[in-house]
Amino acid sequence: MQPILQAINVRKAYAAHVALDGVSLDIPERSIFGLLGPNGAGKTSLIRIITQITGADEGEIRFRGERLKPDHIAQIGYLPEERGLYKKMKVGEQLLYLARLRGLSRADATQRIKGWLTRFDIKPWAEKNVEDLSKGMQQKVQFIATVLHEPSLIILDEPFSGFDPINANLIKDEILRLREEGATIIFSTHRMESVEEMCDSIALINRSRKVLDGPVRTIKDQFKTQTYEVEGKGRLMVMHPDFEVLKHQERENGFFYDHIKLHGGTTPNDLLRYLIGSVEVHAFRELIPSINDIFIRRVRETMPESLVEEFEVTS
Amino acid sequence: MDKIWLIAQREYLTRVRKKSFIIMSLIGPLLTVALFAVPILIASLSDKDKTVAVADAGNLFSQQLPEAKEDLRFVRVSPELAKAKQEFKAGKYEALVYIPKLDLANPTGFQVFSRKGLSVTLERDINRVINQEVENQRLAQSGIARATLDRLKADVDLQTVSLSEDGERSSSTGVSTGIAYLCGFLIYMFIFIYGVQIMRGVMEEKTSRIVEVVISTVKPFQLMMGKVLGIAGVGLTQLTLWVVLSIGINSAIAGSISPEKIMQSRVDRTTAMVRTDTPAEKAAKKETNVAAKMVTALHNANLNVPLLVGCFLFYFLGGYLFYGSLFGAIGSAVDNDTDTQQFMLPVTMPLILTFVVSQAILTTNPNGTVAVWMSMIPFTSPIAMMMRLPFGGVPMWQLGVSMVLLVAGFVATTWLAGRIYRVGILMYGKKVTYGELSKWMFYKG
Repeated sequence: MQPILQAINVRKAYAAHVALDGVSLDIPERSIFGLLGPNGAGKTSLIRIITQITGADEGEIRFRGERLKPDHIAQIGYLPEERGLYKKMKVGEQLLYLARLRGLSRADATQRIKGWLTRFDIKPWAEKNVEDLSKGMQQKVQFIATVLHEPSLIILDEPFSGFDPINANLIKDEILRLREEGATIIFSTHRMESVEEMCDSIALINRSRKVLDGPVRTIKDQFKTQTYEVEGKGRLMVMHPDFEVLKHQERENGFFYDHIKLHGGTTPNDLLRYLIGSVEVHAFRELIPSINDIFIRRVRETMPESLVEEFEVTS
Repeated sequence: MDKIWLIAQREYLTRVRKKSFIIMSLIGPLLTVALFAVPILIASLSDKDKTVAVADAGNLFSQQLPEAKEDLRFVRVSPELAKAKQEFKAGKYEALVYIPKLDLANPTGFQVFSRKGLSVTLERDINRVINQEVENQRLAQSGIARATLDRLKADVDLQTVSLSEDGERSSSTGVSTGIAYLCGFLIYMFIFIYGVQIMRGVMEEKTSRIVEVVISTVKPFQLMMGKVLGIAGVGLTQLTLWVVLSIGINSAIAGSISPEKIMQSRVDRTTAMVRTDTPAEKAAKKETNVAAKMVTALHNANLNVPLLVGCFLFYFLGGYLFYGSLFGAIGSAVDNDTDTQQFMLPVTMPLILTFVVSQAILTTNPNGTVAVWMSMIPFTSPIAMMMRLPFGGVPMWQLGVSMVLLVAGFVATTWLAGRIYRVGILMYGKKVTYGELSKWMFYKG
């Protein structure tokens, strides 16, 4: 299937620094795509190029195979990290205004606003001024404004920052529903764990370069280390050359918890068979690295050691 | 284009609905009414009945005291000052006039006593009455009749006529100056008030962080233009309301306190104080003439009203548009109010300068070199040209060049402001310098 959005060798430089350096991405249609990386990596710069707020110095963006052009804006919904609303405007009017700026007719917009306010159970707010709403309420309104024109590509920059858990779940459910209905969603965040379970594919960006991208499952497979987590009871003594104990914890009443890595083409079954001979196994599962772990490992390969430590502390 | 229209609509509606707009629309006309009504009211209030005691030791008014008027009476008291003072204290006199023994050639020693200081009008009236009588007696001594003297006095009215290419046209410098100031001031005020509104509007969008939401759907330039045009609409609405309401309220008030009536009563009073047709009366009549003149002056001055109104609207909007986008650019470059100061000054400087200079140069020498140049350069032309036009004699080519330059200037400042604006609105937490601003202009896409 043709990707809904392609970035080809995009470069963007500001006066003092290079924000994007030869970044290429394919974003598959009807997926949730995670654009991940620490603060200042270049995510927002890339998004601003996609939303045509700024232009790329080199390279190009293709939307459904066409070079990006102003007409495409109607098909993109963007919730910026720096987002706000007109404080002195009524919620209903504000949504109507933003929807009409995106090309909806007054009648269509009114209809859809009604639908969304009902869905979020906030119909009575329509006549309230934005400044009278709580922050969480405002975020719901902002989300509605982003998706009101039924864009096929929805870009959410740090969508959950500042959301309380209840609203965050509400939004997550809506995002999944929108994908079911055919939309493609780009998440941009530096808090990788917050979107890990939702993303179909990801791209990791660090210091203006893409360091890794692809479907989440493939990436995780690629970064698996043949390490298994074992819990059980008894006295665990591993004396096998192909099994390496990375971590060993003795717990009360003779319980233990270990991380064991396989070498020399041995299989998990081999390990299990070996363990069963000496201890009572309660749990046995493959240790799958989190995106955060993968990111740190990947960055460590491309970054001076001192900076990695700094990053680990801040993230 | 329809997006600019949408944005302008929002800017217009949110502002027009604000309480502050409604209050301003009402206060404006009330202020202009007050400007006209208050002096009249004060004049009519202070003119209540007054009695002045006259201690005539010099027998100046030996035959007859000055005649009483409805609000000013003269009463003779004891010619001895000490006794007169006691009478003054006992009675309800507004003032006590002491006339000493006189040498008509060199009359000195007149004294006026009062309880709480004398009002200017009363002092003037008393002064006039005494002068009048002294003059009369001197004339009598010299054997000249008052009437003869009055016939001899010259009082010439100048009718000023401006000669221009359009032919001879009578003009009134006073009226022209008044109109020039009014036009200049309105444009000056409009640019300031609404320019600052643009600036604040941009800053509000920036600080409330709505700007990135909006410019992902419209171009920054569209957002800026929409705002500038929407606020222009607000300004025009306000101006229209002011004009309509001012005329309405003024004509309503004119019914109850007519300036003519009050003027007339004053004239009557001054006339009553002197018995013959004196210069004082003539002066008073002239005063009424001025009032009447003000009403008919617009016709007499033979102003080209359609041209003036047309040009006023052009320069009113042109000046606003020229400066408006610059104010928008300032708003985009800063994060808070205090930072605006350093950028405001250079923008507002030419405006303030024109207004200050206008008194010295523009109205006194409306077709001089400085005035011509100032009415050409777009930075100063909106005010300068509107201050020249009422005097007439501005060649059509100058008006044409000035207008073309203003339009060109407006396109240029808008383009320039647009370049700054698109970078500025997304720039947070950075102290901006002039160097920085100039760099922004050359940023690509």
